[in-house]
Parts: sequence; C-alpha cells; structure tokens
Amino acid sequence: MQPILELCNVGYTYHTTAGETVALKDISFSVNPGEFISIVGPSGCGKSTLLNIIAGLLPLSQGELLINGMSRDDYKEPVGYMLQKDHLLEWRTIYRNITLGLEIQKKLTEDAKRNIDSMLKTYGLDDFRNSYPRHLSGGMRQRAALIRTLALSPELLLLDEPFSALDYQTRLNVADDIGNIIKQQGISTILVTHDLSEAISMADRVFVLSARPGTLKAEFPIDLSVTPRTPRTSRNAPEFRNYFNAIWKEVDNEHS
Amino acid sequence: MNTAKSYFKSKKKNQAIPTNISPAQAAFLRKQRNTRLQIRGIQWLIFIVFLILWEITAHYEIINSFIFCSPSVIAKCFWEMLQGGTLFKHIGITLLETIISFAIVILGSIFIAILLWWNPKLSKIVEPYMVILNSLPKSALAPILIVWLGANYKTIIVCAISVAVFGSILNIYTGFVTVESDKLKLIQTLGGTRLDCLRLVVIPASLENILSVMKVNIGLCLVGVIIGEFLAARAGLGYLIIYGSQVFTCVRK
Ligand SMILES: Nc1ncnc2c1ncn2[C@@H]1O[C@H](COP(=O)(O)OP(=O)(O)OP(=O)(O)O)[C@@H](O)[C@H]1O
Ligand SMILES: [Mg+2]
Repeated sequence: MQPILELCNVGYTYHTTAGETVALKDISFSVNPGEFISIVGPSGCGKSTLLNIIAGLLPLSQGELLINGMSRDDYKEPVGYMLQKDHLLEWRTIYRNITLGLEIQKKLTEDAKRNIDSMLKTYGLDDFRNSYPRHLSGGMRQRAALIRTLALSPELLLLDEPFSALDYQTRLNVADDIGNIIKQQGISTILVTHDLSEAISMADRVFVLSARPGTLKAEFPIDLSVTPRTPRTSRNAPEFRNYFNAIWKEVDNEHS
Repeated sequence: MNTAKSYFKSKKKNQAIPTNISPAQAAFLRKQRNTRLQIRGIQWLIFIVFLILWEITAHYEIINSFIFCSPSVIAKCFWEMLQGGTLFKHIGITLLETIISFAIVILGSIFIAILLWWNPKLSKIVEPYMVILNSLPKSALAPILIVWLGANYKTIIVCAISVAVFGSILNIYTGFVTVESDKLKLIQTLGGTRLDCLRLVVIPASLENILSVMKVNIGLCLVGVIIGEFLAARAGLGYLIIYGSQVFTCVRK
C-alpha cells in the first residue's frame, strides 16, 4: 500500500535579520491512508512549521516530501489545514464560509452543495446555515471550520491545535465529534496538540518531537482494547494510562 | 464587523415593530427605538438651545453682535441671498467641486493602497514620502497650483485632493496590512492566490475602515475646496467667505 505522505530527512531553517533558527532537522516518517497521527512536543519545537511545509505554505528547502507518491509541486489536490482559531469570516454567513474553499477552487458544483448540505445536517449546523459566525458558540464555529475544510474532500488533513481555543467541556465533545467524523470519512490526518490525552485518544500513532531543533524522538503505536474505538471510549481503555505515562516521560525529558 | 450592506441596513430606523414576536423581544425592540429617539431628541435640543443662547446674548450685546452676528440676522441674509439665487449657485459650485475631488480621492487612494499592499517593497520605499507629503501644509502649495494650472476649477480640485489624499492612502493601507495574517493563511490553505486574499479577505475586512476614512475625507475635501476657492475662484463658498471678509461684512447688508 502506498503511503499518503512520506517525509525523508525534512528540515527547515528560518532566516531573519536577528539570525537563523533551525526549527526542524532530519524528520522522516510516513503516513498510511486512513491513518491518524498525533504529534506532541515542547512549545517552539517546530510542529507548526512541519504542518506548514506539508501544506505547502512554506517551501521545502531540505529533504524530500511525497504526497500520494507525488512531489509537493505535482500534487494539485488541496491539503486540508485547520488552524488553532476557526477564522470564520465574520461578514459571511456560515454557509458562505463553508463554500469559501470551493469558490476559490471554482468547484462549487451541485454535487459539492449536496455534500455540504448533508454535512450540515449530520453535524447539527443546518439551522445555522444562514447565521453569521458571531451568533455561534465556539464548538459550533469549530465544526463549521471543519466542514469548510472537508468540503474540499482532502485526502490529507492537518490539524494544528484545533481545539485549544475551546473550554475543556466543549473541547472533549468537539474532539469526539471531529474524531468520529474523520474516522468515518477515512481521511488521513495529522493532529498537533499539547494535550497528551487528546493525542492518545484520537491517534493510531503518536510522534514525540524533541525540543528545537525538532527531530522525531519517539513513536508510539496506540493499540487500545475498546470497541468501538472513539476518542471518548479510548480514554477509558485500560492501556490508556500506560501510554500516557510513557509519552509523558518522553515529553517531560524535553522540557527539563 | 459588518459589511457595508448591513451597515446601512442597521441605520434603517423607526420601522414598525413586527407583531409575531415574543413580548420580551418586542420590549427589547421598543427600548432600542426609544434610545434612538432619545438621542435624536437631545441632538436637536442642543442645537436649538445653542441658537437661542446665541440670539439672546447677541441681542443684549453680551457678546459683540458686530463680530459674532446673530442667528436671526444670518437667517434674514440667507433668505435674501436665496431670493437673489446667488447662494444656490455658490453652494452648488462648492458642492460639485467637493464631490468630484472626494470621488477622486477615495477611488485613487483605494487603488494606491491596493498597489502598496500588493507590493510590500514598494510600500517600504514610499512610506517616508507619504508621511512627509501628508504633513505638508497644503495651503502653501496653492500659489504654485495657481501658476501651474491657472485660477480655475482645476486648481481648486487639485488643492482639495492634495489635502485629503495622502492621509487617506495611509489610513486605508494601514487597514489593509492590519488584517489578521492568519486569515490570509487560511485563504492560502484553501488554495487561494494573492488576488483571492485581496478580494475575499482584505477588502471585505477593511470596508468599515474605508467607510470611516470616507467620513473624514468628505470634510477634508470641503476644506481643500474652500482653501482653493480662497485663492483661485470667481464663485463658490470660499469665494463668498473671502469676499465677505475683505469688505468686512460678517453679514451682507
Ligand atoms: N516566521 C518565523 N521567523 C523566524 N522564526 C520562526 C518563525 N516562525 C517560527 N519560528 C521559530 O521556529 C521555531 C518553531 O516554531 P513553530 O511555530 O513551528 O513551533 P511550534 O512547535 O508550533 O510551537 P507551539 O507549540 O508553541 O505552537 C520557534 O522556535 C520559532 O521561534
Ligand atoms: Mg504551533
């Protein structure tokens, strides 16, 4: 099976007048189709930088990167990218926010509209399609942002601390919702988070990055004996604690 | 943040309160309407009290009625000039010049602000010049304009534009660059180009700012037109002011 994403010795250095910052060094890993990867690591170790490179927002200056076997330039499909804040445009209705990507790509077909309609219904936003973002709660806004991302039917989804702006309760719920949505659609996903429980509860594998310059320090395949496995049930799995402690130890080493 | 459309919509006032809503919502709407009426009422009150005070103090010579005149005398003079038809001509000319220069200023500065936003290097290069040009006393330029363009409407319009345009460019451009950079990143993640960033984020996010720049500029253009008319006009309100001050009549008798 061909991996959806392959990185080989990827590195990145920021240049500013104040000097250069080596943010990433020798990152190599691959992601299989449908797999969910969580990345944790100390603040400033280059997690966002890594996602920006994969998304094509930063140029690939060191190493190799293949998406579906193609180089970043040859891969023409959009890569879904969700940022920490929802960044819904305040002057557009929820519906018009969701169609934003399709409008830009000129792909707002009848099929795409039907797809959006069904997602709005499934994710409980149908009544709010003509509302403005300021009338929605944080969790609803985040779900709208997810639908906007999924509306482009990406094969690869990048999430950069997508729940950190939410309060704890909402965060658990939205993480559960979104985790299930992604699983159900079978989209390969990379999630960056500071919350170890969240990382473990959603992932098939957890990567730990070292402090700057970020290198791939450890990898934990997560195998939990719960069925059905959802972010919510995962937290009750007997093995959950062990994973938590092992990953905690790795990350904690980096902090000290 | 509102779009221009909803901005204007929110100004629509005193609509009848619909009947198919809950009592609490109706009470809320009524309260909103009362607040609005109150504000209007107080605004008028201030204006009327001011006129009355002015009239009384002038009448009893508490203030010098030769210098400050009085509302009734002004009204009478206004009425006479209206009947002569001259006032309309002067107002019309000043208004026309103001509107023309205002339109040029707004369209021009939006265009230039877009250019500067599009090309950060260019904006860095011209920034100090913009600041200098903006702080230049424009009335000092007027004599040059007269010699260059002649004592006519062209001078007046260029004068008004020079008063307003630089500040307007700076303000609109500042509005453009302070748009949240993550919003631009979002457009990029959705596969958008720089043009998409401009039309989908930068301009809509700046509409409110552009509206407030417009409000300031209509006044600045009027000031510019009057300065121009002081020096180069045969007609217009600025001409009237100069004429009046030279013959030392605060009111034409
Ligand atoms: N535009 C930039 N110019 C220069 N240096 C940068 C830039 N962006 C990030 N850096 C540096 O690169 C390093 C990695 O940044 P990055 O944002 O990828 O970290 P992160 O792992 O996402 O951190 P956090 O967990 O706090 O979000 C940081 O130390 C930062 O100082
Ligand atoms: Mg980050």
